[in-house]
Amino acid sequence: MIGRVLLGAGVVSLLLALPYWVSSVWQNLLITTFYYAYLAQAWNILGGYAGQLSLGHAAFFSIGAYTSAVLAIQLGVSPWLGMFVGALLAVLLSLGIGYLGFRFGLRGFYFVLLTVASAEICRLIALHLPILGGYTGLFINFTPNPWQFQFQGKIPYYFVSLGFLGAASLVVWLIQRSKLGVYLVAIRDDEDASEALGVNTFRYKMLAYAASAALTAFGGTFYAYYQFYLQPNTVLNLNHSVDIMIRAIVGGTGTILGPILGSFLLEVLGEFSRTVFAGGAAGLNVLIYGVLLIVVVLFLPRGVYPTLIALVRRVTGRQA
Amino acid sequence: MALYIQAVVNGFLLGGVYSLMALGLSLIFGVMRVINFAHGDMMVWGMYLSLWLFLSLGVDPYLSILASAIVLFLVGAAVQRGLLNRILEAPHEMQILLMLGLAMVMENGALMLFGPDPQRINTSYGLATAWVGPIVFDLPRVVTFAMAFVVAFLLYIFLRRTDMGRMIRAASDNQVGALLVGTDILKVFALAFGIGAACVGVAGSLMTPFFPFTPSSGLFFTVTSFNIVVIGGMGSLLGAVVGGLLVGVSESVGAVVLVPSLKEIVTFILMVVILIFRPQGLLGGRR
Repeated sequence: MIGRVLLGAGVVSLLLALPYWVSSVWQNLLITTFYYAYLAQAWNILGGYAGQLSLGHAAFFSIGAYTSAVLAIQLGVSPWLGMFVGALLAVLLSLGIGYLGFRFGLRGFYFVLLTVASAEICRLIALHLPILGGYTGLFINFTPNPWQFQFQGKIPYYFVSLGFLGAASLVVWLIQRSKLGVYLVAIRDDEDASEALGVNTFRYKMLAYAASAALTAFGGTFYAYYQFYLQPNTVLNLNHSVDIMIRAIVGGTGTILGPILGSFLLEVLGEFSRTVFAGGAAGLNVLIYGVLLIVVVLFLPRGVYPTLIALVRRVTGRQA
Repeated sequence: MALYIQAVVNGFLLGGVYSLMALGLSLIFGVMRVINFAHGDMMVWGMYLSLWLFLSLGVDPYLSILASAIVLFLVGAAVQRGLLNRILEAPHEMQILLMLGLAMVMENGALMLFGPDPQRINTSYGLATAWVGPIVFDLPRVVTFAMAFVVAFLLYIFLRRTDMGRMIRAASDNQVGALLVGTDILKVFALAFGIGAACVGVAGSLMTPFFPFTPSSGLFFTVTSFNIVVIGGMGSLLGAVVGGLLVGVSESVGAVVLVPSLKEIVTFILMVVILIFRPQGLLGGRR
């Protein structure tokens, strides 16, 4: 127990001190890692615990990003407030998709495709909405005002992204401990059996979807005010949904530390292929990244975190 | 009016290749339950193979479908043997990850070899047309349509009439049953993936005389294949054919009615409607 407290204190103080030690390149890497870990954690509620794989989370992400940006640009509403409007809209969309999917019993592959299709519909609509800037994209002017979610330097973004990740992990931890978490895992493991035992699978899947969508939308707001530029073909692209999903899967779905470890591992692999193969032909670095992804799947087919736990148990010979 | 009829004709003719592409996806999913996220990239490889054969040896794209079939069969079988068969026991979502990694490798491999510029194969007959009243029939589209249906028909005969085809169908219908009667399931898997990949490779080659493509075209084809299979009905071969034609026509008409950049939205809405009212797809028997 004391060991755990010490380990926790060490990790926390390391995280607090880290941004002051490293260069801005590393700060950026850490921010991206936290931010993707946050999105993967949000995805994890639906995809990991409830077992409903979504490949359309870019839609919720973009709703969060665009809502807070447009509200700030057009009406001067602070993104700190605007992001709640974005989350609300994302929840409404998730309930709409969830109603269509779960009401009619779409499972597995069909649900994946429903999420892909709904995100693609959103992308096509967003490209044709003048208020979102169309193909040119939407630019956000930089004014270093924390109330407008805009900060000088990278260190504030570091702590905001870390805070987001901490909050999302706390939410997931609370869900895991609650009855809801138990129901979700039951649905994932055997939906028919849990329904037969009286679990209202429709309601709990909807709840998981809404929570996941709301958190993802908050992440969108962070992105908008970290990048200051939004374009549907980058933020609302299928590849972006993939980016969110693979971090959770690589790390190990249905665990709290999985999405975080997955995000770290993939950021390291991505950065490795970007820097080492930067001088090569166009596309080489992504090719290497793809190869590394395949290698990870072949060697860690159960995900990073579950493999790590199994390894620790084998070494210490202890059953937790 | 003629504009709309023209759109329907063009869409219908394009739909033939879409059908073949979706047949490949349906076969792979039906047997292995694997969502082939590299499907469109396999198609693009077929296209570039035809381009390369045309530029270096002057082979007509309608002949190089044979090369595409063979090469993509080997690629597909190798993917199943070397990669997917190794993680059969792992959580199902790991297969998705593997296929996504493969899609990255294939797309960027094509980018490194051929560059990002749009390509098409300019044959001597590329612009040949035939007029029927006010409607134009592009000859390459007609030939492509006919050949796609010939290939689809051959696949149908293979699956219905040969022992290997029966083994594939048995594995698709009931895996445990197929194992019980002594089917070498890993071999069947490799064979099915190879055939599915060969279908989509041939579909790619068939499109090259009239359809410009880039290394990143794969994603569009992958998503379109998904839509077709859902619309037609997973696991139904006839469904893939009907779905392909329907999606071809709806895209083409959508481009005329709406703006061209919105054409896919018609397909997506069609797919959502199908998912709601007939989740098993138009011709799918069961879910």
